[in-house]
Amino acid sequence: MSEHKIIDACNTYCPGPLMELITYMKQANVGDVLELLSTDKGTASDVPEWVNKIGHEMVSSEIIDDIWHIKVRKAK
Amino acid sequence: MRILIVGGGTGGTIVANNLARRLTPEIRAREVKITMLSASDKHMYQPGLLYVAFGQMMPDELYRDQATLLETSVDFHVDPVIKFNLDRKQVETKSGRTYSYDVLVIATGSREMPKKIPGLDEGSDSFYTEDGAVKLFKKLREFKGGKVGIVVGVPHKCPIAPVEFTYALHDYFTARGIRDKVEIKYHYPINRIHSIENVAKWAEPEFERMGIECETLFNVEEVDAENKIVKSMEGSEYQYDLLVSIPEHHGMEVIESNEMGQDGWIPTDRHQLTMEGYDDVYVVGDTTNLPVSKTGSAAHFEAEVISENIASIIKIGTPVSEYDGKVYCFIEAGRDKATYAMFDYQNPPDLKSANKAMHWFKMSYNKMYWSSVRGLL
Ligand SMILES: Cc1cc2nc3c(=O)[nH]c(=O)nc-3n(C[C@H](O)[C@H](O)[C@H](O)COP(=O)(O)OP(=O)(O)OC[C@H]3O[C@@H](n4cnc5c(N)ncnc54)[C@H](O)[C@@H]3O)c2cc1C
Repeated sequence: MSEHKIIDACNTYCPGPLMELITYMKQANVGDVLELLSTDKGTASDVPEWVNKIGHEMVSSEIIDDIWHIKVRKAK
Repeated sequence: MRILIVGGGTGGTIVANNLARRLTPEIRAREVKITMLSASDKHMYQPGLLYVAFGQMMPDELYRDQATLLETSVDFHVDPVIKFNLDRKQVETKSGRTYSYDVLVIATGSREMPKKIPGLDEGSDSFYTEDGAVKLFKKLREFKGGKVGIVVGVPHKCPIAPVEFTYALHDYFTARGIRDKVEIKYHYPINRIHSIENVAKWAEPEFERMGIECETLFNVEEVDAENKIVKSMEGSEYQYDLLVSIPEHHGMEVIESNEMGQDGWIPTDRHQLTMEGYDDVYVVGDTTNLPVSKTGSAAHFEAEVISENIASIIKIGTPVSEYDGKVYCFIEAGRDKATYAMFDYQNPPDLKSANKAMHWFKMSYNKMYWSSVRGLL
């Protein structure tokens, strides 16, 4: 069964949201969806760039009440 | 009230001493007892490893006897925990003893995991352990020229260390007069050269000035130690003569084997620093899963909050303090300059330009650390 995990990286600067996502991505299984929460606007472009380069799958990216919700599926 | 602290490094030691002072009357009245269990009778000042890697500090300068750092009222044993029975409020140790507690503080730190990446252990050097730092220094001393690669795993303690090491490497080869014979290439997992945006903005032109090459979005997949090639998950590779790695870290094995948190990172409340689901268990330092950098500095600020709260709960029945995510990090910018980054959950770091005074402050702090863990600073 694929899991959906939420990673709260709001208000964090070091190591920061993308590093948090990379950490949890290593722990996840192929097919799992990770939802990264971030207050850093740079995350909205940083995450898709990494996801595309590495070959995972962007599921969605939206901002709700000043928090970015970025969903990524582990593809490999 | 039995307070048990597991781990005698930066976080555990500050909690123990701070509590021993705050609770002096209660300890004298035998209402409170503080016990510490650790895996070693020695305490290492880990940031000193960066200097060992360049022959600027000797390994023996990094150690003190742990017992000498603790208030005399702390009952200290070298007896590592092998099992946590959190529901029974007990831990079991290597010597076969069982310790019961009313309040538990977990401060077991983190460790590097080079074996997770095929070939990394054989194919690279790391200054994150004493042996590694000494071995690396010997290699640097012998190095006559060629390609030096720096690669970084996620997560790892002291996120600023890769940048500091790279600056120091440039200065080291410059001082030896062979910088023009050495290519230095810095690789970083995300799309800028440091996780803190301001640090990345500051370091980029400095790296350019020093002729340090950079490749971002480089997460190591494997190392071909025989042919000296490091390959990234993103599909690129680098042929090196010397590869310096900061491998991915995990929490300690005992945390993983007791299933207290994936990869040894214990789910921890951001502000109260209690373990999720356990109000009587506090977590400090590297082994938390908090989204803050794994540094002695974070461990220090967390330890102060934890001690204040344990003491106030004993005295007035309620916690009084919350961790605000504060971290203060010195950043060495080569052999004679430094700056610092300070931030918390609400305020991003505002970086000042590097100067000599800050470098000397850091050099002094390398000595003052021992007063700091004793709780005198
Ligand atoms: C090269 C390098 C440079 C660094 N530079 C900096 C810097 O400039 N600034 C900064 O703030 N931080 C720096 N750090 C990071 C800093 O040293 C750590 O983040 C800090 O020591 C973490 O404190 P801790 O209490 O969580 O763990 P530690 O200090 O690592 O202590 C862990 C303790 O737990 C004990 N233990 C382990 N297993 C068990 C067990 N099963 N039972 C009982 N006890 C156990 C160990 O013996 C040890 O005493 C650096 C680290 C390195 C390696």
